[in-house]
Amino acid sequence: MLFRYLLLLFFLLPVKSFGLIEVDITRGNLSPLPIAISPLSIDEQSKESFKKILKKENIGSEISLVVENNLKQSGLFNPLDKNAFLQKPDIANLKPRFEDWNLIKAQALVTGKVTLVDEKLRVEFRLWDVLAGKEMMALAFTTVPTNWRRVGHIITDKVYKRLTGEKGYFDTRIIYVSEEGPKTNRIKKLAIMDQDGFNNKFLTLGNELVLTPRFNPTNQMVTYLSYFRNLPRVYLLDIETGLQEVVGDFPGMTFAPRFSPDGKKIIMSFAEGGNSDIYTMDLENRIVERITNHPSIDTSPSYSPDGKYICFNSDRSGYQQIYIMNSNGKNVKRISFGNGLYGTPVWSPRGDLIAFTKLHKGKFYIGVMRTDGSGERLLTENFYQEAPSWSPNGRVLIFYRETKTNSKGEGFSAKLWSIDLTGYNEKLVETETDASDPSWSSLLTN
Amino acid sequence: MNLSKILKNIFLIMVASIVLTACATQKKSTGKMQGDVYTGKDTVKYLASGVADRVFFATNETVLTTASRDTLRKQATWLRKNSKINVVLEGHADERGTREYNLALGERRANSAKDYLMTYGISSSRISVLSYGKERPVDSGSNPLAWSKNRRSVTVKAN
Repeated sequence: MLFRYLLLLFFLLPVKSFGLIEVDITRGNLSPLPIAISPLSIDEQSKESFKKILKKENIGSEISLVVENNLKQSGLFNPLDKNAFLQKPDIANLKPRFEDWNLIKAQALVTGKVTLVDEKLRVEFRLWDVLAGKEMMALAFTTVPTNWRRVGHIITDKVYKRLTGEKGYFDTRIIYVSEEGPKTNRIKKLAIMDQDGFNNKFLTLGNELVLTPRFNPTNQMVTYLSYFRNLPRVYLLDIETGLQEVVGDFPGMTFAPRFSPDGKKIIMSFAEGGNSDIYTMDLENRIVERITNHPSIDTSPSYSPDGKYICFNSDRSGYQQIYIMNSNGKNVKRISFGNGLYGTPVWSPRGDLIAFTKLHKGKFYIGVMRTDGSGERLLTENFYQEAPSWSPNGRVLIFYRETKTNSKGEGFSAKLWSIDLTGYNEKLVETETDASDPSWSSLLTN
Repeated sequence: MNLSKILKNIFLIMVASIVLTACATQKKSTGKMQGDVYTGKDTVKYLASGVADRVFFATNETVLTTASRDTLRKQATWLRKNSKINVVLEGHADERGTREYNLALGERRANSAKDYLMTYGISSSRISVLSYGKERPVDSGSNPLAWSKNRRSVTVKAN
C-alpha cells in the first residue's frame, strides 16, 4: 500500500535556468541561506473540503511546514519566521513584492497554491530569487489528498536541487529496528517511517528478534535477519503484501544481508562451524554463489553502486579491518590501515567513498574513507555508535547510538542520529520508540 | 667488582623487578576476572550438581581458557551419562563491537565449545549452535566486569 501512490506531475512552465543564487554544500555550511516559505494559499471552499478529508485546519500551511522543517533540518537553509512576512500568501504567489522580502533578508522565496480538483489535491509552487527579482522554478502536482506530506517532501527536493545543484533526499523513508524493554531482553520490531519521522508503521509484531533491515533499490522489498523459531536466517519481506520468505536453504546462520544495486541478488554472510564467509543468492534462479573462502570472519558486505566491487569486513589480519574485492571474490585488498578496528563498511551511492564504524581506545567513530582507503575522515565520536547508512544523494549518514548505563546497569537507550558528510549538522532523528539499524531508501519519485 | 659492574647489576635487578611487577599487574585477579576473562559465579547456572553451564572469553577472543576446558570436560562427562539429552550452545559477545561482526563472533565462540565437547566424545548430532551476538547480555552494565560476563558460551538443554 505504501508504494501504490500514483503521483502525477504536470509542468506548469518549463524550468528556467538563470544561474542565480546557489548554496555551496561541499563545506560545513556556517551561514545557511535565508529562505522564506510563504504558507501555500488556499481558497475557502478547498480549505473546508480538506478540513473534512484530512482533519487539518489549513492544509496549505501544513504543507509549507513540511518544506520548512525539511530545509531547516538539512542545515543548509535558514527558514525565516512567518510572523515577519509582509505579503499575503495568495498575492505573493501571483507576483511577490521583492522589496518586502528583501527587507526581511530573504534571499529565496517559496510560494504556492492548493486547490481541490476532482477530489484530488492540486498543489502548485514557485521558487523565487528575491535579490534578482526573478522566478527560478514553477511546478504543479496532483495527487490523492492523503499524500499531502509527500507533496511537501517533493517540493523540498525540487527546491534543494534547484539551489544546491544536487538531488535531494526528502521524499524518502527510513527502515529501522524499533526497540523496547530491558537491555537484557529487548523486544525488536521492523518499522518504517518517512525521513522526517512521520507516518511510522511497524512491519513485524515483535514475537521474534529481528535485525539489520535493508531496502532493495525500488524500496518495495526489505531483506533482514530474523530469529524466527530460533533459527537466525536472512529473510525477504514484501512491504506491500507483507509476505515473508527465507532466503536460500542454508544449514546454519545467515546474516548481514544487502541487495545488489540491480536488486537481483542478496549478498550476506553464512556461518558454519565457527567460520563466516560471504555468499550471494540470485533471487530469480535461486543460485547460491560463494564469494569468499577464508577461515577468518568475513561479513558486512556492501556493493559499489556499479555492482563491480564489494567492500566487506574481515578479521583475516587478526582484527576487524575493511577490504574490497571484485564482485566475483577475486583480487581481495585490505584498505583500512589506521589505528583501531574497522567495521560495517558501506559504499556511498556516488561511488567515491566508503562509510564505516571504527573502534579505537574504547570509543566508537563514524567515518568515511576513499575506496582505496586514503583520506580517512572521522565525523563523530561516541561511547557506542555504528552502522551508517547513506542518504540517496550521498550527503548525509544515518546511524544509531547506544548510551552507557550507570553503575546499576540503568539508563540504556538506542537512538537514531544523522550527520552531514562534512561532519557538521549532527541531529537526533526522533522515533516513537528506541531505534537502531537504520537504512535509508532511495528517492521514492525521481 | 668495579662500580660499573655493580651499577649494571643494580640496573638488571631493576629491569627484572619492573618486568615482574608488570606481569603481576597483568595477571592480577580482581576476584572476578583474570585478565579480562570472567572467573566469578554470579551468572552461572548448573546443568547438574557441579556442572556449570557456561564458559567465558577474553575480548575479541574465541580460545578456551584452562578453566573453560575444565568446565566443558565436566559437561562432556555429564552428557555421556545422560545420552538422551541434546544441547544448544548459545554464543554471545559483549556490546563493544559492531552487531554483524558480533553475530559471527558468537557463532565462533559457541563452536569452540562445541569442538571441545566433541573431542571428549559427544556426537555433533547432539549439539546445535546458536549465536546471539550482542543481543542478549546477562549483565546490562557498561563496564569491563559486565562485558566479561556477557562474552560467553552457554550450554542449554534442548529437550
